[in-house]
Amino acid sequence: MGTREVISTGNELSAIAAVDAGCMFFGGYPLTPSSEIMHVISDLLPAKGGTAIQMEDEIAGICTVIGAAMSGKRALTATSGPGMSLKAENLGLAQMAEVPLVCVNVMRGGPSTGLPTRVSQGDIKQASNPSHGDYRSITLCAGNLEECYTETVRAFNLADRFMQPVIVLLDETIGHMHGKAMIPTIEEVEAGIVPRKTFDGPADEYHPYECEATEPAVLNPMFEGYRYHYTGLHHDKNGFPTEEIETCRKLIQRLEDKVMAHQDELELNEEFMCDDLTGEEGEVLIIAYGSVSLAAKEAIRHLRDDGIKAGLFRPITIWPSPAKKIKEMTDKIKNVLVVELNIRQYTDEIERASGRLDLEGLYKVNGRAISPYEIVNKVKEVF
Amino acid sequence: MAFNYDQYLRTEKMPTLWCWGCGDGVILKAFIRAVDKLGIDKDDMCVVSGIGCSGRFSSYVDFNTVHTTHGRTIAYATGIKLANPDKHVVCVAGDGDALAIGGNHTIHGCRRNIDITMIIIQNFIYGLTNSQTSPTTPKGMWTVSQKAGNIDPTFDGCKLAIAAGASFVGRENVTQPRKLEKLIGQAIQHKGFSYVEALSNCHINLGRKNKMNSAMANLDWIDSITVSKKKYDTLSEEEQLNLLPTGIIKQDKDADEYCDMYAEIIKVHKGERKKITQDDFEKKI
Repeated sequence: MGTREVISTGNELSAIAAVDAGCMFFGGYPLTPSSEIMHVISDLLPAKGGTAIQMEDEIAGICTVIGAAMSGKRALTATSGPGMSLKAENLGLAQMAEVPLVCVNVMRGGPSTGLPTRVSQGDIKQASNPSHGDYRSITLCAGNLEECYTETVRAFNLADRFMQPVIVLLDETIGHMHGKAMIPTIEEVEAGIVPRKTFDGPADEYHPYECEATEPAVLNPMFEGYRYHYTGLHHDKNGFPTEEIETCRKLIQRLEDKVMAHQDELELNEEFMCDDLTGEEGEVLIIAYGSVSLAAKEAIRHLRDDGIKAGLFRPITIWPSPAKKIKEMTDKIKNVLVVELNIRQYTDEIERASGRLDLEGLYKVNGRAISPYEIVNKVKEVF
Repeated sequence: MAFNYDQYLRTEKMPTLWCWGCGDGVILKAFIRAVDKLGIDKDDMCVVSGIGCSGRFSSYVDFNTVHTTHGRTIAYATGIKLANPDKHVVCVAGDGDALAIGGNHTIHGCRRNIDITMIIIQNFIYGLTNSQTSPTTPKGMWTVSQKAGNIDPTFDGCKLAIAAGASFVGRENVTQPRKLEKLIGQAIQHKGFSYVEALSNCHINLGRKNKMNSAMANLDWIDSITVSKKKYDTLSEEEQLNLLPTGIIKQDKDADEYCDMYAEIIKVHKGERKKITQDDFEKKI
């Protein structure tokens, strides 16, 4: 299938991808370093008859998106950490009511107002559970310009497949990176669109939340003769509030199982220069994601020039984490270095998955990117 | 023949969770009669509610219905309306939902003048959560969070809506169900943001501790503080002080409606018209 060459930024590519993937609605609020997504999409959407609206706050931004998505549209919001914190409650409603949408978070320094114009990967843990309660977040993390496009497209398809919000994590470095990218043609994207399932039988036989234990709800668009109820409360097969014990248990268990039973449909990783890692002494496995992986790749080239066999494992779907794959890789290779622009946020997950407590880490939280040389030096220092 | 409410109700959800004698049922019935009179198809309307006693409103009516998070009805409704400009979107929210936690959205919904009908069930108290102070609780009344007496100034939602730019603002009282039905009908028909305050009783959570120990006592008090807009306008400021006007308080049929304006944005981007400039507006600031 075809590709096309574009010169663009990560944020712009994310906006273009949304529109190419069939997004017809954007609601958001200005928040550095994500605002360019709104700037771009506010031109693109009306040109194809869609709507982009700047709302009065972050909460209203996510709520409009959920409303548009409930009515059947593909819908996007974009923000950064402070906005994610504000959107959290309503992301929870979208999890509970099973409303598909895409939320791009271009990460900046935190907590609180943090470092608005500088890079961070401080929202990794937040992305796994932005709202209270039990559900299983799906979070994709773009590691280069191309993926700002492809992961946004994939997010829309996964949202409709699993009927829930999908978070796309960019970071300030990648969101503002400007350069050449080879992205799929629109025809290829359109050919890959998998719209959400709908029910087309008689209305009185339609029970949107009556589904298999590992499958999402089937929610028809509004205004088409299937009148059901959306709520953030525990609900029955037609969406109406209930406190019936078994119905409540099954509902929440299904929110977990509908994702975890199908992790094979979600998981996406990159292994860079890992082919010749056999588990011999002295080999180094670096685990990184997002923009940090670009520095890690450069570092690996330098390390190999210096005779150190190193490779990168990069999760692209970071939640749910590729736990089995992490276990397999870390079982094989002794020297593991995790590099993150936060303090151990994903390392904790890698420790859980690997069962190892001897992982080395390189962490940076001052708003500056990690350079390849910092990684090279760290590897030489600790292994 | 008696009016058939059942055709619009999810009868299997009856009885409602509302207390015996609650005014919310009067508002529910007035709304249903208004919709029926307008002949709106059930598939052409979406009812969006918030959190609180009023939040259950949406689950009782057989439309496309959404029970949102606390305070966010207008934000959800804005997304639904913009994505479906030819459909009717109605919000139902309590005074706490619309004027406290959701106050920002109320202001900006009014400002955009988007074609949403907002029905505020205004009972002067947080009912569902048992008697906490609302932005409309009269000063000096007992609430569970201010047992020594409420000192918080009260909020006139209709004045807020007018100031924020709603093009239809009205208020009615559940003791006047026919007038309420008419007002809701006019609000739904009005193109633009319609703010309708339906004054209702909560004799359980407001009345019992404030010398209104029955539905009737609470309703008598509401009657005593309401007067028609026509009469209100003839009164002196001193006489108006503790009265709330009812009926249509403001209606501007010429104000730009947001979905219509967004259609112009689409035209700009499709090359069907020039960019919008200040010259397009009589009032610019």
